[in-house]
Amino acid sequence: MSTLASAGLAPTRARLDNGLVVLAKQATATPAVTLHVMCRAGAAHDPIGLPGASHLVARLLDRGTETRSAEDIADALEERGVSLAIKTSRHTMSIAVDCLRDDFDAVLAIVADVMRRPACPDDQLALRRRETLTRLKQDEDNPAVRAGEELFSIMYGSSHPYGWRSKGTPDSVARMTREDLLAFHRAWLAPGRVSMAIVGDIEPARAVDRVLGALGDWNAAGKEDAPIPAPPVRTAREMQVIAMPSKAQADIAYGFVTITRLDPAYYAYWVMNTILGQYGIGGRIGDHVREKQGLAYYAYSTFDPHVVPGPLVVRAGVDGANVDRALATIDAEIAAIAAEGPTEAEIADTKRFLIGSLPRTLETNAGIAFFLQTAEHFGLGLDYDLRLPALVDGVTRDEAHAAARTLAPERASVVVAGPYAG
Amino acid sequence: MPPVPLAAPPPTIVHQRVLDNGLRVLVQPVHTAPLVSGWAWYHVGSKDEGPGRTGVSHWVEHMNFKGSARIPRDEMKTLVEKFGGTWNGYTWIDQTAYFETASRDALDRLLFLEAERMGGCTYDPLDCASERTVIISELQGSENDPEQLLDVELTATAFRAHPYRHPTIGWLTDLQTLTRDDLYGHYRAHYTPGNAHLVIVGDVDLDVAFRAADRHFGGLAGAAPGRRVTTVEPPQHGERRVRIEKPGTASYLKVAWPCPAIGDPAFFALVVADAVLTGAKGLNLWASFRLPPPQRKARLYRALVDGGLASAVSGAILPTEHPFLYSVSATVSEGVAPERVEETLLAEVERLRRDGVEPGELERAKRQLRARLVFETDSLTNVAHQLGYYSTIASLDTYFSLESRIAAVTEADVAAAIEHRFKSSQRTVGWFRPVEGA
Repeated sequence: MSTLASAGLAPTRARLDNGLVVLAKQATATPAVTLHVMCRAGAAHDPIGLPGASHLVARLLDRGTETRSAEDIADALEERGVSLAIKTSRHTMSIAVDCLRDDFDAVLAIVADVMRRPACPDDQLALRRRETLTRLKQDEDNPAVRAGEELFSIMYGSSHPYGWRSKGTPDSVARMTREDLLAFHRAWLAPGRVSMAIVGDIEPARAVDRVLGALGDWNAAGKEDAPIPAPPVRTAREMQVIAMPSKAQADIAYGFVTITRLDPAYYAYWVMNTILGQYGIGGRIGDHVREKQGLAYYAYSTFDPHVVPGPLVVRAGVDGANVDRALATIDAEIAAIAAEGPTEAEIADTKRFLIGSLPRTLETNAGIAFFLQTAEHFGLGLDYDLRLPALVDGVTRDEAHAAARTLAPERASVVVAGPYAG
Repeated sequence: MPPVPLAAPPPTIVHQRVLDNGLRVLVQPVHTAPLVSGWAWYHVGSKDEGPGRTGVSHWVEHMNFKGSARIPRDEMKTLVEKFGGTWNGYTWIDQTAYFETASRDALDRLLFLEAERMGGCTYDPLDCASERTVIISELQGSENDPEQLLDVELTATAFRAHPYRHPTIGWLTDLQTLTRDDLYGHYRAHYTPGNAHLVIVGDVDLDVAFRAADRHFGGLAGAAPGRRVTTVEPPQHGERRVRIEKPGTASYLKVAWPCPAIGDPAFFALVVADAVLTGAKGLNLWASFRLPPPQRKARLYRALVDGGLASAVSGAILPTEHPFLYSVSATVSEGVAPERVEETLLAEVERLRRDGVEPGELERAKRQLRARLVFETDSLTNVAHQLGYYSTIASLDTYFSLESRIAAVTEADVAAAIEHRFKSSQRTVGWFRPVEGA
């Protein structure tokens, strides 16, 4: 058996003439295949004034094509025990499906059809629109969602797509027409914008051959990405309170705009954020908010850079009476890591953890597919799994400290939603 | 359709030994990745808690991450992360589990950790105090979610006598009054080798793994097993209803019916009935959140979601030691009268009870369930979870027979399993209805 340490994933990569990229890796732990489509067609591509288009397209993609009804698609998938998970993020729309080895060809044919020729029929649009409006209503009652959405709107502002609600607004969802959705599809779902990862009990050559057969003649051109404006530069702290007095607990969202994924400082930020809000049970923040003071069940930070400068966000859920104490603790931890930086021991432990986590990340078909597509999306190379350990190991304490110095409580954006008056 | 390959590995691959102190050790060498997953399972859950002591099992689980005689408090959580590991634990109604999945080099380290957890946790009073508010925060976080509030109310309404009626996290006043000695006493009574199952799955040598288990756990003293719950829920003689009225923005319906225990053959017929009603979810509690069930052809999805009445519908059926609940949840769509959702849901369930499943539906449900059994064993962590889960509350044989028992379910089996259980007199109907307020 070859292990990752020696040979690496060594995936097969093929670029079809129409620009579609296939990434294939054979793995035979189970008689199953994971197929992940990632297309650069996310909420950031929503037309100005029509937030939620990407989300609603995703909900309609597998609800009927030019040649298959919603019923036909459901029949074909469900006979095989399969469901498509179609999701949008800020920058991508993804289709994920696990199927048994012997069902791969049939499932691929359906995935290809829904990508290329969705019909967005009116009856299905009416149903999915109402579902989405219901979900927006549910979100209004959810302090965690409210705090997170408001934080992004403060950090990025209304002229940046990160400042819009990805599911749209009740008004935009109500207004969206079938033609709006088909226009979104024509603009952004095109072979040159798609990567398809096929991981599991299938030979890579066969996987590529099958994709060529199913999608080789797809010649949609699609549009080019428009530049995304830079987020506003924040010079002062801003805090918003969303009063939800009937709730049992308040949700805190506290964040900064940081760097892009391809910034050379990415690895230093990653190590720093792991120390700040991930390692153990929520890093330094979890240790002080949860372990030492017992203020919260969850307290952690996330770091999510992309093609635009991404957010570093601290989240915690606390009793309304403890919000001020929790915020003071978060402020103190941010100030401390910015002033003094991480310790050498923290750097060493965290690097061991991140490097040692790689085999676990790449254990399942879905994990491998996600890793390959992320590497493809950012142009990190087919040997990225082999290079990643050295990139993490190269981070010095000074570099992690420099990343931490860009954070400052006096420039934080802060939202509290829940039973808290401010 | 071609035949589906066996989902679960043949039982001979799992090796079992029982140490002198009663600890059952299960080892399955799997060499697909340079990893090992180790789980310690304890046959104690929230059903083993009496009045005034609800939530003690879950709190004990939290305390067992707080340090031991030989592991300082701050290192309990990071011991395996230095090996690239991940860890977690959970408490449920029948059992409590802890795991670490890490580089295969970490085997000794993770067994040391679990042995310390079994024998030597310290329960510092200050840690007990700070964890009390952490757990109350966990409870309050769940109370922010109307569906979780409804789940708690519905379960407490469906059971009158059996301790499945209280939530695993416990009632608030119990969490406010339990003492350090209550916690420590519960820990000492239930965290004994004879009440535990140790599972090791991964890139390990069989003899090395057994020797390591013996080295770390062999010296722990055995103890007589504690008293098991004997209460049987008395028969239900009419529909029960509960309605929560709180500020909110959407209405939620949840209906529960009695569900057989894992040891009752009728359980598998009900798993098939659920697949017909709401789509197949598989039988891995740990993995079930990852993949949405295929449900577009499921009866309740068609009637409620495609019918425009609900924005979502889901079913929940879980392998449990004693008879628990089968439940269906629905979110009422914007602008729809909630009563229509209940009428439609109950009418579909009654139609299934009256007319049974159609042959095509039965075959589809079985194919979906077989595929799920494959998908939910895609990692060492998931494989190890299944071995420990079933070993603790049933047996390994039960786990390895899941596929054949599902395959053997007939239309008549489904009819027999639901004939009485799905009668209107046996159900509990719960509503969350929003009222004015912020």
